[in-house]
Amino acid sequence: MSKDIFEVRWHGRGGQGAKTAALLFGDSALDSGMYIQAFPEYGPERMGAPVASFNRLSKKPINVHCSISNPDLVVVLDPSLIGKVNVIEGLQEEGKIIVNSSLSPKEVSEKLGVKNIKVYVVDASGISKETIGRDIPNTPMLGAMLKVSGLLDFDKTIKGIEIKLKKKFASKPEIIEGNIKAIKRAYEEVKSA
Amino acid sequence: MVVAAKTGNEAMAEAMRQINPDVVAAYPITPATEVVMIFAQFLADGLVDTEYIPVESEHSAMSACLGAAAAGARVMTSTSSQGLALMYEILPIVSALRLPIVVCEVNRALSGPINIHCDHSDTIAARDFGWVQIYAENSQEAYDGTLQAVKIAEKTSLPVMVSTDGFIISHCMEKIEMLPDDEAKKFIGEYKMEKSVLDIKNPTTRGALDLQDYYFEHRYQTSEAILNAKNPILEAGEEFGNKYGRKYGLIEEYKMEDAERVIVALGSTCGTTRDVVDELRGKGEKVGLLKIRVFRPFPAQEIATALSNAKSVAVLDRSDSYSGQGSPVYVEVLSALFKNDKKPKIVNYVYGLGGRDINLEDIKSVFENLKKVDQLEEKNYLGVRM
Repeated sequence: MSKDIFEVRWHGRGGQGAKTAALLFGDSALDSGMYIQAFPEYGPERMGAPVASFNRLSKKPINVHCSISNPDLVVVLDPSLIGKVNVIEGLQEEGKIIVNSSLSPKEVSEKLGVKNIKVYVVDASGISKETIGRDIPNTPMLGAMLKVSGLLDFDKTIKGIEIKLKKKFASKPEIIEGNIKAIKRAYEEVKSA
Repeated sequence: MVVAAKTGNEAMAEAMRQINPDVVAAYPITPATEVVMIFAQFLADGLVDTEYIPVESEHSAMSACLGAAAAGARVMTSTSSQGLALMYEILPIVSALRLPIVVCEVNRALSGPINIHCDHSDTIAARDFGWVQIYAENSQEAYDGTLQAVKIAEKTSLPVMVSTDGFIISHCMEKIEMLPDDEAKKFIGEYKMEKSVLDIKNPTTRGALDLQDYYFEHRYQTSEAILNAKNPILEAGEEFGNKYGRKYGLIEEYKMEDAERVIVALGSTCGTTRDVVDELRGKGEKVGLLKIRVFRPFPAQEIATALSNAKSVAVLDRSDSYSGQGSPVYVEVLSALFKNDKKPKIVNYVYGLGGRDINLEDIKSVFENLKKVDQLEEKNYLGVRM
């Protein structure tokens, strides 16, 4: 039953855009005709504190409204969370994790202490500094997760994201361009062991 | 239909935009803040022409709403938890004066200890103030219910609160279908108050001193009005269904035809229960869900009929009443069944206080426990550390 539903957990720190990424991913999945949920975890979070957000995607209407405990995919926006937050909690053996890191997939796997989980890395912070001008890892991580999840048509999704960003940043076209570049680069550069 | 990804709060704010109330007086409170925040943005963008009154407290918000409604305005506001509690003084006055105010309520635990997450203690505590209460399961129902609430309120001359589960629905983005603006406006129609206090040619008074001579009659009328609200609620739900494909009633029966073990619940937990029912049905277990959508007026007869063939029933309460007996939803369901010849065994589960998660396994455990209902206490707690 629940595996009709693809579940994602995003880990980040307050201010890195984990919530925005989940909302943007959910909204994009909706554009491709899926039923979606996107919701943040609300605790006493503030800038820099560990936060999480979540997605559910399904071809059928989604009824469940409980928290996600066994995600199919985990996205870690900030590698400094590893060891402080149990980012692999509930991940199944066939699960996948994407980490924002300049290290190799093998090195990250060792850090995570996992053997049977497929580990992907992408230097989202590096990409974001080069394309957007500062370390905002959420949109490049979204690009990486679009590749890894393989659920949405990339070209269609990127067009949809561009429209959404244009609405949000009407007065700052350079931000839109940078973000789109970041998503595309991360989509290409994400790699696994 | 316009398909969009909206949180519960956004869905309610969109409904408010389409309703374009004459007056909104509001004071922000988590997790309902966004409803009026988004609405204020609509106002700033010129999408509505509402008189928006940013007041200094919820007490003032509801008082301002009352005055505006007495003058004949279409009035809405939004609040949650302590905010609703600060309105409590005014809520029974609104219903006694028969003013059709609509509140978009976001369910949040009452303090203390202070907590911002979901339970139903805020609206359940307001259950006997003469307001119609509609509990939405998801963002779609929050949107649909808000539109219907305006119609119900104006038809019955009663105030209506539509509530969503705080954060669980209020901050969860989901796929919803919205009516085109003109269609939404057509559905709610124009509002013309029968006797406005501002109609100086036909002067009337609302809220005058009402002692031994008439107070009793007025309260009796409020009681009658709540009872008689059932039909207008059903008509609004029926019309909505006929026109837009989503029909609403007082209760919703899910796989109840031959159900032996049944969970009764309100709000978002019904969605989670629905999936457990599907899973257990797949294994041949005769389980069902009875969702109470409208808690006031209480659909006692409808519930009694729906449960008459069940063997065991668990009523899930997302509030505790500190009464020394069962919690409010349970007590009312129990009392509804009392006159039935055929009665199921019935127990109460208090769950989810202060936003404590209720997951599929929790719901499964309740269905499992119902197999040996005789061994259960009357009042049980789900997911609390004792």
